[in-house]
Amino acid sequence: MSVVVKTIARILLPVILVFGGYVILHGHLTPGGGFQGGAVAASAVALLLVAFGPGSVKKLKAPFSILEDLGGVAFVLLGFLGIGTTFFFNLLAGSGGLFGAAAPIGPNPGVLNTGGTVPLMNWAVGFKVLGGLGAVMVLFGLFGGDDDR
Amino acid sequence: MNLTAHAPILAIAVPLLGAFALPLWAKLHRSLRGGWLVLVAGATAALTALVAVQVYTVGVQVYTLGAAWPRDTLTPGGFPIRIVLTVDALSAFMGLITALVAMVGFAYAWRYLAEDEGKTLALTLGTLLWAGMLGMAFTGDLFNLFVFLEVTSIAACGLVGYRTWASRGPEAAFKTMVMYTVGGLFVLLAVALLYGEYGALNLAYLARQITGSLIDRIALALLLGGLLMKAGAVPLHMWAPDAYGEAPAQAVILLVANTQISLYALFRVLFTLYGGVADPGVGWLVVALGTLTLLVAALMAVVQLDLGRLVAFGAVSQIGYMLLGVGVGLTAVAARPAYGLVAIQGGIFHMLNDAVAIGLLFLAVGAVEKASGHRNLAHLGGLGHDLRWTTGFFLLGALALAGIPPLNGFASKLMIYQSSFLLSPILSALAILASILLLAVFVKAFQGAFLGPRLTAAEPVPVPMLVAMGVLALGVLALGLFPELVVRHLVAPAADALWTGRDLYLQAVLGR
Repeated sequence: MSVVVKTIARILLPVILVFGGYVILHGHLTPGGGFQGGAVAASAVALLLVAFGPGSVKKLKAPFSILEDLGGVAFVLLGFLGIGTTFFFNLLAGSGGLFGAAAPIGPNPGVLNTGGTVPLMNWAVGFKVLGGLGAVMVLFGLFGGDDDR
Repeated sequence: MNLTAHAPILAIAVPLLGAFALPLWAKLHRSLRGGWLVLVAGATAALTALVAVQVYTVGVQVYTLGAAWPRDTLTPGGFPIRIVLTVDALSAFMGLITALVAMVGFAYAWRYLAEDEGKTLALTLGTLLWAGMLGMAFTGDLFNLFVFLEVTSIAACGLVGYRTWASRGPEAAFKTMVMYTVGGLFVLLAVALLYGEYGALNLAYLARQITGSLIDRIALALLLGGLLMKAGAVPLHMWAPDAYGEAPAQAVILLVANTQISLYALFRVLFTLYGGVADPGVGWLVVALGTLTLLVAALMAVVQLDLGRLVAFGAVSQIGYMLLGVGVGLTAVAARPAYGLVAIQGGIFHMLNDAVAIGLLFLAVGAVEKASGHRNLAHLGGLGHDLRWTTGFFLLGALALAGIPPLNGFASKLMIYQSSFLLSPILSALAILASILLLAVFVKAFQGAFLGPRLTAAEPVPVPMLVAMGVLALGVLALGLFPELVVRHLVAPAADALWTGRDLYLQAVLGR
């Protein structure tokens, strides 16, 4: 691709990743969540593929598939966290620790440090979707031939 | 932690965790993968058995995800909007079938799958498919039923397209994916309609509220269409022979169990969800589709030359028997409970018999393909000289499926013949005709592939594959010799759960 596309891609890449992370992080407060944020972040891989060609993403296949597996494992393990009460029981909500603040009642802008295991599960899903979609896109690149247009 | 109380969710969560972690272990070392799979499969089978023992001895088990107590199925305000698992005798019965099939399949896959052909992928998808099937069997919520339906669809399509190096595998996977997606969308639309009308998707709550309005009927039609598409009933069967023909053998028996789980979901919808507003016309529709399925698939099997596809049409035909049995039950149970229940028992018993017998046949076909490299009857011949055990297993499975006494297919088919005879003699005549056709088909296939002079060289079949087939062969014999025991202790409670146990199902979730 032309130098214009490559330059813009270099600028946009971190922005896309940060926005994906933002959507995942605020999944329990605003529309979006793990899946949507992961998909946004994975679009960065598509940008890399288009702007710099398949060679730029080839090496990412193994890390992405490991990330996907880890995301799935983390999600189920977070479910097991509450097994002392019931599976998926929200052990961290309101406990005062990570994401453990009490959610305020009434109209408010949203407190990030709430939600207990829900935000953590959003991250697990986000990583799984980023890994899965990323690996799919890398495979598109690998099977699409090596012409660096 | 009280293991008994948590067993229903653990039976779903353990294989899910096992499937996600399997590729990670495989990346570390191959032997870790094997050990992990044995651990996960053993634990899941044990948990499923524990659930079944609880259900059969104590009664319907409920489990609420994320609640303060597993039995808090309603929110503090009394709203039925939680994620609930409801396991009654039929769910537990289906869970036991999946556990049997999955254990046999994994034992078979040990030596059947080649390492360089993506064995890790097949084992991962198989475990995921098992988790999805257990989820469909145990869930007490219509939306989660859809979610687990999609889990099984995705895993099943991956397994069908497993042989990416052959052109027919991906083609079959694409066809299957289209059918599964359309079927899944039908179910989703039905879920949306019911949610719009009643504001909740808890099966028990819906069953108590349902009025049989026009919207409910449209939703029922969509659910019927979607689930029959997934089950592979004629005229929506065109994906099934391709899928069964192209998937690796250890996955095919999981796919067979998957079609049965879809039938289970259909029966759950027909009896539990719509049981209060039952319309005899729906029962007749199921009977008609069942008869059509068993007849058309048996006729299609006659002309097949590929051993895999031939057995695949036999498998589709068995779906027809289950539909016929349960359809007759649905039509007749309200007016004449005694023989309606026998019909339902026949249909449900046939699920177990079909899983064992057709599973044995598919595994034998897989062994033939691995040993000789061929599956086409034009190239096969005289395999009985080299593959003695496989020959015996194929014959046993074929005779069982054709309904020859004293094998297991006869036991359940007799119940279906008898009860459908009382509804209409034509039905049982057609069912017997299809059985005779299947016998002719299997005699032809057996003679062509295993008897006569040695046409193809065959390598010996690995021992784990023989052991896996041997377990199913023992099942064929045991279920055929002692059908009363199985029907009385396992099948009759499962059939009762559909009809007389409906109120118990609702009470277990909603109280009162």
